[in-house]
Amino acid sequence: MATIYLDHSATTPVDPEVLDAMLPYYRGQYGNASSIHQAGRAARQAIDEAREQVAIAIGAAPEEIYFVSGGTEADNLALRGYVEQSGNTRNGSHIITSKIEHHAVLHTAAKLARQGKPVTYCGVDGDGVIDLGELADGIRDDTVLISVMLANNEVGTIEPLREIREIIGDRRIALHTDAVQALGEMDINVDELGVDMMSLSAHKVYGPKGIGALYVRKGTRFSAQIVGGGHERNKRAGTENVPGIAGFGKACELILRDGCENRARVAALRDRLVAGILERVEDAHYNGHPENRIPKNASLCFRGCEGEALLLHLDFMGICASSGSACTSQSLEPSHVLAAMGVPIEIAHGVLRLTLGKDSTQQEIDTAIDAVAEVVAKIRRISAAIEI
Amino acid sequence: MTGAPWVCGSGEPRARARSGLVIGMYSEKVMKHFADPQNVGVIEDPDGVGQVGNPTCGDIMRMFIKVAGDRVSDIKFQTFGCGAAIATSSVCTEMAKGKTLDECMEITRDMVADELDGLPKQKLHCSNLAADALHAAIEDYRGKADPDSN
Repeated sequence: MATIYLDHSATTPVDPEVLDAMLPYYRGQYGNASSIHQAGRAARQAIDEAREQVAIAIGAAPEEIYFVSGGTEADNLALRGYVEQSGNTRNGSHIITSKIEHHAVLHTAAKLARQGKPVTYCGVDGDGVIDLGELADGIRDDTVLISVMLANNEVGTIEPLREIREIIGDRRIALHTDAVQALGEMDINVDELGVDMMSLSAHKVYGPKGIGALYVRKGTRFSAQIVGGGHERNKRAGTENVPGIAGFGKACELILRDGCENRARVAALRDRLVAGILERVEDAHYNGHPENRIPKNASLCFRGCEGEALLLHLDFMGICASSGSACTSQSLEPSHVLAAMGVPIEIAHGVLRLTLGKDSTQQEIDTAIDAVAEVVAKIRRISAAIEI
Repeated sequence: MTGAPWVCGSGEPRARARSGLVIGMYSEKVMKHFADPQNVGVIEDPDGVGQVGNPTCGDIMRMFIKVAGDRVSDIKFQTFGCGAAIATSSVCTEMAKGKTLDECMEITRDMVADELDGLPKQKLHCSNLAADALHAAIEDYRGKADPDSN
C-alpha cells in the first residue's frame, strides 16, 4: 500500500539535490574544516558557501549566521545566550514569550525562570494570534528579550512580528523569533520583520536532521552555551557537521529557487484538503487563523474522536499524520497551543494535524479526504452514545 | 596480548535500547482489538449501564449489560478515547460475556491488561477504566434489581 505522507511539519524527506550536495563531504572531502591542509580547506569552503546560502534565504549577512545542531539548540542558545550576556551589562533579565511557543522555547524559558529570571507568557486569541495589547502591557523596565514564534507548529498561524518590533520602539529589548516552521513557507526578511535573532532548522525544509542555525543581528551580543573551541566565531564549539551544513545550504538555495511556486501549489492543495474534509465531515473545526497561516498546515478538530485513534486508523490506510492530543504526547498533557486558543479540552482531544509537502499530489489529497471521512465515521460509531 | 587496552570485549550489549514510543509498544492483541473492536454498540433496554471517565482526561467508557439469571447474557460498549481505551473496552466485554456477575466483579485492570499481552505504562489507566465501567454497569443493575439493598 502506498504511503501518503502528510506530516511535513514533523519532518521532511531530504531532497535528492540536497543529498547530492552532502555526499562529497561523507566521501572524499571529509576534512575537518579547522585543519590547515587542503582537506580542511575544502570543508571550510563548503561551510562558507552554505553560510551565504542560509543568510540569503532570510536577508541576513553571512557573519550573522551561526550553525547549531537544530532548531531546539538555536532556541536554547538564543534565550540562554542573550539573557546571560545581558546580565553582564544591564539590570534586568525579564523575558516575554507566548503561551503557544514550541517546547524548545517554553522549557528553556522555564529553566531560566527557575534560575531567577522572570518570564511572562502572553496569551493568544481564538485563531492563535498573540495578544499585542497584553504583550505591550507586559513590558517592564527590566525586560531584555521578547521571543515569539513566526509560525506556530501545531496550527500554522503566522504571528505579527513586525507589529511587535513597533511596540518595542526604542527600548533596548531584543526580539527573537523561532522561525523553524516558517522557513520555506513564507518570504522571510530579518530587516522587514525587525528581529534580532531567528531560529532555523534544516530538516523541516527538505534538509538533513541534526543541523540548524541561529541568526543574530550584528551588534546583538550573546554568550556561547557550548564552549570548547573557537568554532562559529567563538559562539558554538564543536567540529562542524560539514555534510549537514552543506545540505542546509543547498536546501535554502532550493527555497529561493522553487519556494514561491511550491507555496502556491501547496496552499491550493491544502485548501482543497480542508474544504473537502469540512464538506464531508460534520462537527469538524479548522484550527488557526483562516488566512494568516503557513501554506502546508491543515489542523482540524473532530468532535467525538480522539487523536491517537485517528492516527492509528489513518496509519492502517498508509496515511502519516500527527495530532498533539494528550494521548499522543509522552506526558499525556493536552495541547498547550489549543488550550491557549480557548479550544475546549474535549474538542482538543480530537485534533488531527495534516501538513503537506512540495511533493504532495492532488490524488494524495483526494485519497486523504476519503480516508479522514471514513476514519472519523468509524471512530464516531464507537463513541456515538457518549456525550462530548 | 590479552589484557592490552585495545583487545575487544564480548560485543554483547548489556541492555537493549527502548524508544519508549507508545504506538510502537502496543501489542498485536491491542492493535487487533483496536482495529476490530468487539461488542461495539448500545443496548436499547439494558439491565444495567455504567459510565466512567470524563472529557478532561480524554477517556470515557459506557457499558450496557443484559442479565439472565446471574450471568451477563449480552454486553455492549461505547468509548471515547485512544487506541488503548478502545482495545481495553473491547477485550473487557469479551471477558465479561457469559460470566456470572460475581465473576465479572472480580475482573481487575491487571487481568484486562494481561489479556491484551500488556500495555505501555502510561496506558494502564485505560484498563482500569474498562474494568470500572463493567463494575459500574453491574452495580447499576444490582441497585435497580434490589432498590433496598445498599
